[in-house]
Amino acid sequence: MAASLGRVCKFGLLKSNYGTLFNQQVHNFSTTNQWSKGRKVLLACLGVTAGGISALIYALDQSVKAFDQVAHPPNYKWDFYGMFSSLDHRSLRRGWEVYKNVCSACHSLDFLAFRHLVGVTHTEEEVKAIAAEYQVQDGPDDTGAYYMRPGKLSDPIPGPYPNEEAARAANNGAYPPDLTYIINANHNGENYVFSLLTGYCDPPAGITLREGQYFNPYFVNGALGMPQIIYNEVIEYADGTPATASQVAKDVVEFLMWASNADFDDRKRMTIKVIAFGVISLPLVIYWKRLKWTTVKNTKLLFTPRYKRQ
Amino acid sequence: MFKIPISFIYLPTPININYMWNFGSMLGMFLMIQIISGLFLSMHYCPNINLAFMSISQIMKDINSGWLIRLIHMNGASFYFLLIYIHISRNLFYYSFKLIHVWMIGSMILFLSMATAFLGYVLPWGQMSFWGAMVITNLLSALPYIGQMMVEWIWGGFSINNSTLNRFFSFHFILPFIILMMVFIHLMTLHISGSSNPIHSKSNIYKIIFHQYFSIKDLITIMMIMLIFMLINLQNPYMLSDPDNFKMANPMITPSHIKPEWYFLFAYSILRSIPNKLGGVIMLFMSIFILFLLPLMNNNKMKNIKFYPLNQFLFWMFINIFIMLTWLGGQMIEYPFTNLNNIFTILYFNYFIFSFMLNNLFDSLMKNY
Repeated sequence: MAASLGRVCKFGLLKSNYGTLFNQQVHNFSTTNQWSKGRKVLLACLGVTAGGISALIYALDQSVKAFDQVAHPPNYKWDFYGMFSSLDHRSLRRGWEVYKNVCSACHSLDFLAFRHLVGVTHTEEEVKAIAAEYQVQDGPDDTGAYYMRPGKLSDPIPGPYPNEEAARAANNGAYPPDLTYIINANHNGENYVFSLLTGYCDPPAGITLREGQYFNPYFVNGALGMPQIIYNEVIEYADGTPATASQVAKDVVEFLMWASNADFDDRKRMTIKVIAFGVISLPLVIYWKRLKWTTVKNTKLLFTPRYKRQ
Repeated sequence: MFKIPISFIYLPTPININYMWNFGSMLGMFLMIQIISGLFLSMHYCPNINLAFMSISQIMKDINSGWLIRLIHMNGASFYFLLIYIHISRNLFYYSFKLIHVWMIGSMILFLSMATAFLGYVLPWGQMSFWGAMVITNLLSALPYIGQMMVEWIWGGFSINNSTLNRFFSFHFILPFIILMMVFIHLMTLHISGSSNPIHSKSNIYKIIFHQYFSIKDLITIMMIMLIFMLINLQNPYMLSDPDNFKMANPMITPSHIKPEWYFLFAYSILRSIPNKLGGVIMLFMSIFILFLLPLMNNNKMKNIKFYPLNQFLFWMFINIFIMLTWLGGQMIEYPFTNLNNIFTILYFNYFIFSFMLNNLFDSLMKNY
């Protein structure tokens, strides 16, 4: 009775009972089915404990990073962080305004062309007008001379300096980096750049800065060649958005996020397709596999000793 | 010509192989993904130090679906190595290295894959590409007498320059085809005896045909790994790469913390743990080449790790040691990481010695029963 009850409880509700011979046979195919319940519980506990300890060590490692004397930027809740969230294109448009009127005095966008802005921040006509505001060197013409002409959609966005040496000479020896990939080129890039732009403060006691250097706790060693450039009302937005310092910093970071990741919105769009494909096809394939294997899994093997066969 | 597809269809396969036997097919698929995406990338990539970084940027921004192909190629390498490490771990666990020819060819594939991945990492010509190449090529300078000459021979000059990038691109293009050929040899040698199985029984008595049973089973894991792969590509594509590679290579500025991609970090830890340069290089190569010695070192009588409980324990220790070495490889060179590096390097090599000693110990214990 007890044995029957045990068998019903253990197997009856889960799978058909084909008798002890078959169960033994099935168990021989697998390495884990033979484990006792106690062993499974023990191993599960061990696994959970090991996983928990690993997670704790990882969390501790992440929380106390004090290798270098630099402030780690906090993680802000960017609206593009969601799995299906795109970049805010109004913000991108304002971000371009910030770059053009503030950042472009020192920083280049070497890997962006005017045509990249079409359909992202501006319409084609607007970008053509923006490009035409720049003077671009072209040539040689029929006489072999280089000449200046208004920019076109196909032109790369001109930088403020002809080369690195000129940039260094104009900035006390410091080189204002290209901004195209500035977000991807830094750990936690969007938060780092935002914090850097809004994080200027007076140097703490004991830190002396050379002339032309400014203190920023988020920059390595704290001494930065770039002065605080973003203040409230530093520019006037065309769409009337109040240009607070944090709004300006947010907009330019969002624009630079797009400059680093021009494929950002495409990736989010494709995520939907991939998940839709997976949700439909994976269960189908799993069902197909179980359907095909059902005969093999239910095969009954019988061993007949030789003396019984005769 | 038709033998290979036919062998995939009718191949007698042990009925009891579990999902750990699926990693080979996933690796085959990722190898093909890498070759095909790499082919498309090579149509737009310019192996020139002045153009390489720009051409990658152009692929990402201007080429139709270029960003997708490039992200697939970039993260595909990571997934390839993740799967290859699991594949090797499964072989260690189930003593599959007893199929000696398959194991030897497989170890060679690992070595060639590592070379290919290193060469490929140089191509985008970012800061980490350049300085990674500088560190790894300079390893050869540790060789006595001919070291420096060999380094300059590989560079094609007195520094890493345009000819280095050019030849790295050529080798990066050709090596995957050699790997592909070796994969076929890997499979041919495997199909002579057939797959091993979890209980390591003589499985010839109960085998079923490969197609459709195992092809569909493989399809499940292929789809699962592809889903994870694509979600990483689309949601967080740079989680496995270094931000420094978004800066164009500059021979005048050394990054503060040079480190390879995550899949080389364990070997990098071993390299850094030896104070002597030549010693470090030897240990680095030994960390891979010791795999070739495994079938020769192990002479266990029972073909199932279930009968060797201490070996099972040691195996899981080894997995943890590997993970720790990978983590340590990404840390700064300072206390306590340097000390931990030394300890875990010793433990890494200890596994290979102790596993076969424990095998022998258990065999001798079991002889009495």
